[in-house]
Amino acid sequence: MNRSTFPHRLLPWLLIAPQLAISLVFFYWPAVQALWQSMLREDPFGLKSRFVGLQNFQKVLAEPAYINSIQVTAVFSILTAFFSMAIALLLAVQAEKIVRGRGFYRTLMIWPYAVAPAIAGMLWLFMFNPSFGTLAAIPRALGIHWDPLLNGTQAMGLVVAAASWKQISYNFLFFVAGLQAIPKSLLEASAIDGAGPVRRFWTIVFPLLAPTSFFLLVVNTVYALFDTFGIIHAVTSGGPGKSTETLVYKVYNDGFVNLLIGSSAAQSVILMVIVIALTAFQFRYVERKVHYG
Amino acid sequence: MATLSLKDVRKTYGKTDVIHGVSIDIADGEFVVIVGPSGCGKSTLLRMVAGLEEITSGTIEIGGRVVNTLEPRARDIAMVFQNYALYPHMSVFDNMAYGLRIAGVRGDDLKARVAKAAEMLDLSTLLDRKPRQLSGGQRQRVAMGRALVRDPAAFLFDEPLSNLDAKLRVSMRLQIKDLQRRVATTSLYVTHDQVEAMTLADRLIVMNKGVAEQIATPMEIYDAPANMFVAGFIGSPAMNFLPATVTGSDLLISDGSRMPRPAGLQDGGVILGVRPEHLTRSRSAGPGTLTVRVLAVETLGADAFVHARLGESGSEDIVFRVPGHDRPAEGTVVSLAVDQDKVHIFDAATQRRISGM
Amino acid sequence: MAEGMVGTSKRSIALGHFLLILGCVIVAFPIWYVTVASTHSIQTILNPPLPMLPGAEAAQNYGEAFSGSITRIGGVSVERLLLNSTVMALGIAVGKIIISMASAFAIVFFRFPLRMACFWLIFITLMLPVEVRIMPTYKVMVDLGLIDTYAGLILPLIASATATLLFRQFFMTIPNELLEAARVDGAGPWRFFKDILLPLSATNIAALFVILFIYGWTQYLWPLLVTNSNSMNTIVIALRKMISFADADTPWNLVMVTSVLAILPPVLVVVLMQRWFVKGLVETEK
Repeated sequence: MNRSTFPHRLLPWLLIAPQLAISLVFFYWPAVQALWQSMLREDPFGLKSRFVGLQNFQKVLAEPAYINSIQVTAVFSILTAFFSMAIALLLAVQAEKIVRGRGFYRTLMIWPYAVAPAIAGMLWLFMFNPSFGTLAAIPRALGIHWDPLLNGTQAMGLVVAAASWKQISYNFLFFVAGLQAIPKSLLEASAIDGAGPVRRFWTIVFPLLAPTSFFLLVVNTVYALFDTFGIIHAVTSGGPGKSTETLVYKVYNDGFVNLLIGSSAAQSVILMVIVIALTAFQFRYVERKVHYG
Repeated sequence: MATLSLKDVRKTYGKTDVIHGVSIDIADGEFVVIVGPSGCGKSTLLRMVAGLEEITSGTIEIGGRVVNTLEPRARDIAMVFQNYALYPHMSVFDNMAYGLRIAGVRGDDLKARVAKAAEMLDLSTLLDRKPRQLSGGQRQRVAMGRALVRDPAAFLFDEPLSNLDAKLRVSMRLQIKDLQRRVATTSLYVTHDQVEAMTLADRLIVMNKGVAEQIATPMEIYDAPANMFVAGFIGSPAMNFLPATVTGSDLLISDGSRMPRPAGLQDGGVILGVRPEHLTRSRSAGPGTLTVRVLAVETLGADAFVHARLGESGSEDIVFRVPGHDRPAEGTVVSLAVDQDKVHIFDAATQRRISGM
Repeated sequence: MAEGMVGTSKRSIALGHFLLILGCVIVAFPIWYVTVASTHSIQTILNPPLPMLPGAEAAQNYGEAFSGSITRIGGVSVERLLLNSTVMALGIAVGKIIISMASAFAIVFFRFPLRMACFWLIFITLMLPVEVRIMPTYKVMVDLGLIDTYAGLILPLIASATATLLFRQFFMTIPNELLEAARVDGAGPWRFFKDILLPLSATNIAALFVILFIYGWTQYLWPLLVTNSNSMNTIVIALRKMISFADADTPWNLVMVTSVLAILPPVLVVVLMQRWFVKGLVETEK
C-alpha cells in the first residue's frame, strides 16, 4: 500500500532545503571543482592555469612517490584490518561463550571507540617513545634497536598498532552482534552431530559470520584509508622518509604544504573513485545480506 | 449530528476507475455498512469521505456542507482504524484527549469529556495505561473512545473488528451497535464480513469492483438481491445457482428436473437461484423437486449443511440445510423440495435479477 | 540462559575469561597509561619505567593546566579548547540530527516533484568524504569567510546521508494509519512531527547523538584546515601542536593532562550512554 502523506507542496522543500544547500555548497560544488582542477595545470607562480586533460593523472601515476604511497597504504590497510578484526573476533567469540561479566567486559572494550585517531596515535607514541616510553623497553629487550622516529618499518608498526587498537571496539561490537544472530539451534544440531567446539567454530560459526566479516572488511578499509589521517599526521607526519605516507596524507601534503594544486586534485579524484567502488561493493553486499535474511 | 451525502463520487488512478460513481443519502443517525470482497474499493470510498484520499469527481456533503477538498480535520469526522492506530507513546487518556486538545479543549471540560467516553466504553480504570499494556479488545475500545469523545458529525469505521478473535468480534459488534444507538451519530462502516454487515447495518452498500451493486436494508438485500453478485455475497452458505431454460409451462433445469414456470418470463436461458435454507427434504420425487446425491455433510450442531451433486450424472453442486439430528448419509440419493415462493431468477447474460418474490 | 551453551566446558570458559581480561588490559592500557602519567611529575615521566599506579602530582598537574600553564604554551586556555571541542561536537550532533530528521520527514511524509532526485542527491554525499575534496572545500570556506569560525567547524559537517537514511528507514516503519489518525484528530505536519514522530524517535535520536558527538569530537583533518588561529583550535589539534618529540622543553606532564581531558568527555558519553551507543552503532551502519 502507498505511504500516506500530507498534501502540502511548499513545506517539504523548506524541510529539505538546509540539507540540500549544505550538500550542494560543501559537497557537490567542491567535488566538481576537484574534478575540474584535476585537469588543469598552474604555472609556477600560480597566476595562470591551463587545461591539460588527463596529464595530471598520468604524471601522478608515474610518480615514484605516488607508487610508494599506494604501497604504504596497502600495507597499512591490510595490516590494520587484519589485526583489528582478528583480535576483535577472538574476543567476541570468548564473550559469546560466557554469560557472567559480559556487560563488564563490553564496557571496558568500547573505550577506544571514543578516542580520536590522532590521540590514539599519540598515546601509542607516549608508550613507545624511544626516550621516555615505558614500553619501548619491550622491543629493546628483544634486541631491536628501537627508534620509530627514524626507522620506517618501526614507524609503520607503531601506526598500525595504534590504528588497530582504536578499531578493535568497533569490530568487537559488530562481531558480538553477528554471533548473537546465529541461531543456537544450529550449534546444538552440530553438537548432536558430534562436532567439537573447534570444528563447530570453523564449520558453522565462521561461515555464518561471513556477512558481518565482509561488511567489517569494507568499513575497516575505509577507516584505514581516510579516518587514520589523524594518526599519521600526529605521529609520523608521513615519515620517516615517506615510509608512512598514505594516499590521504599525500593529498593533504601535496595540496597544503607543497601547493601542487593540480596533482593534489588528481589524487583526490583517484580517491573518489576508490570510495565509489567501495560503496558500490558495500551496497551489493548489503543486498546479499537481505537475501540471506 | 448530521446527514452524509455522496453524489456520483468517483476515483480514478491514471486510467483505472477505482470507484465508479457512488451515490447515497445517509440520514442523520443512520448506520450504513459498506460491504464487499477485498479490493472492491470499499476502504477507498470510506477514506475519500474521511479526506484521506482525494476524489476525482462528484460531491461529498457532511451536514449539508460540501467537503470535497477539505482536510480531514476540517470535516468534523472521527475514524476507527483496522489496526486501531493508537499513539503508542501516549496513555489511554492522552490518546482520547489528543484530538480535543488540538481543537482547543482544555482543563475540566477536557477531563469531563474523556471521562464520559471512558465510562461508556468501560475504560475508566485503564486511563493511565499505555496501548501496549492493553489487550486487543481494550485497544479496540480505546480507538472507539477516541472517536466518541470528539462528538463528531459522523463516525467512520474501517474494518475495526477484523484484528479481533471470533468471540470478541461478536461481543464488540453488539457493543458498537448499542453505542451507536445511544449516541445516534451518523456512521459509515466498512467490512468484508457479511455477517457483521447484516447485523450492524440500517442500510447496506454492497460493493464489487468499484461499483455499488445495491444499496438497501439488510432484509431487502436478502430477500431481493439485485444481481447474482449480491445474491452470492450476502447469505451463508452462499445461494445455489442453477442454469435453467424457460420453455412451455416449465422451467427446465440442466439435470432434466422441472419446476413450474414463473410468471412474466420469456422463453430462453436463465439462472435459478435458491438459498440453502429454502430447500427441504421431500419424501417423493416429481415436479418441483430436485434429486441429488449427497457428497459431504458439515455438522454444526443445530443445523447441518449438506453438499450434494444434482442429478444422477449432473455436474452442478448444490448446498442445502437440514436439522442437525436429521442428516442424510453420504452417498445416498435424496429428493429436495424447492420453496417456490423463495426462488430467484436471474438473466443469464446480465446476471440481473428478473423475477421472484 | 544458563552459563555455557552447548558443550562449553569449564576449561573453555576459564580460557574465555582469561583472554577477555587480557584483551581488556590491552584495550584499556593506553588510556590507563596516560591517566597515570598525568598524575606524575615531569621528571618521573621522563625516567622510565613509569609507575603503574597514580602518583601524587595529580592535583598539581591539573591545577596548573587549568590555571594558565596551557595558555603559556599555546596562547589558549584549556577551558577554551574544551569549549571549542564541545561546541563543535554538540553543534555537529544536534545540527545533523535536526537537518537529517527534517529531510527524512520531507522525503517520507510528503510527495513533491523531484523527491527521489533529492533523496539520491543526499545519498551520494556518502561517496564524497572531505578527504576527496580537500582543496576546493577549503576554498569555499575562505570565500564564505568561514575560516576560524564555529560555523566553519560545524556547518560543512552537518550534511549527513547516514543519519538521513536512518531516520528515513525508521519513519517508514511508522504505520500509515498513525499518520491518518493524527490527521483525522486534526494534526497538521508540525503537530504530527512534534507530538508523534519526535517522541517515537527518542531512542533513535539518543543513539545517533552518541555516535555523532564522538564523530564531532574526534574530527581532525577538518579543524586542522579551517582553523588558523590557535584560539579556535579543538583540544585534539591543540594537543598535537603542544607535542614536539625533538624539543626537550615539552611539558610532558601537562601534555598528559591535556590528553586525558581530550579523551574523557567522549569516553564518558560512550560509557554512560552505552545502551544507545551500541544500538546506534549497529543500526546506523546497517
